[in-house]
Amino acid sequence: MSVAASSPQEARASASAASEEGARVRAGCALVTGASRGIGAAIACALAADGWPVAVNYRADEQAAQGTVERIERDDGRALAVRADVTAAEDMRRLFETAERELGKVLVLVNNAGVRHDDLAISLSDEDWQRVIDTNLTSAFRATRHALRGMIRERFGRVINLASIVGPRANAGQANYAAAKAGLIAMTKTIAVEVARRGVTVNAIAPGLIETDMTADLDGEMLSAVPARRAGRPEEVAACARFLASEQASYVTGTTLYVDGGLSA
Amino acid sequence: MSTAVTQEQVEAVVVESLETFGADPSLITPDATFEALDIDSLDLAELSQIIHEHFGVELKGSDVAEVKTVKDAVELIASRL
Repeated sequence: MSVAASSPQEARASASAASEEGARVRAGCALVTGASRGIGAAIACALAADGWPVAVNYRADEQAAQGTVERIERDDGRALAVRADVTAAEDMRRLFETAERELGKVLVLVNNAGVRHDDLAISLSDEDWQRVIDTNLTSAFRATRHALRGMIRERFGRVINLASIVGPRANAGQANYAAAKAGLIAMTKTIAVEVARRGVTVNAIAPGLIETDMTADLDGEMLSAVPARRAGRPEEVAACARFLASEQASYVTGTTLYVDGGLSA
Repeated sequence: MSTAVTQEQVEAVVVESLETFGADPSLITPDATFEALDIDSLDLAELSQIIHEHFGVELKGSDVAEVKTVKDAVELIASRL
């Protein structure tokens, strides 16, 4: 049980120790899927700032992924862009193989890769349903299964799943996306319980309206419902991922952190 | 897999792993059940990984589900060498 520091000096010492704990203290790497742009890129940079070598996964936009790597390297971090379609099991295997060979065991996994193919359920095609489920949910399961094998042996691991407020909340036209994101939250809770005693935490982040390419086409109606009266920035989501990946978050598991300017409150 | 690996070597790895998982060393005998040793399904999944790393033997969840005692585990692994 923690005891509050009894003097300002002790409080400062305690804060200093906590700050040091925030930096990476394990030999291993972070793998962020879909990290060429937007929230994924911001998370990759935030984890690199804590000292993690980062595998920057991308599917198609090599130039943007290299841009993320360069941003990290400019700040004296270490990163590697790795192309892989996370919906392909063989690609996923190669992604882990490359990351672990070049950067070390994956001890932080951020399942961020995601797509949208919106339509009203009445006209949503099987293909668009499946593509969203495969990319946003199945790939996260496969990556997590892969990473857990190393994490439980290491007695340390951080899995962070990028969910959404869509899922817990309705959003017309996104039955596929909502199902995938709600599934991610359910998966997060269950796997967290399975591995908690091995020092491995599994959490979800549920962003609201964040300024990214993926939300650029959304109309202002949603924004007017946000109590903060503004969209969030990728860096504001990344800060939460950085915390969940840190040593300080060791007792936080199975939870969903809403980063939505109060939208879900 | 090399035939040089003996059942004793398998047993040594199994016992060491069980101790790592928190089983009381004084209770680990060939006939001890995993239930009595407080070894659960996650421990057995990790044991499968360790066995694979040491001996190249692939144990599936359905294989491990049948294993009840330390001796069962050692014999199953030895039979796959």
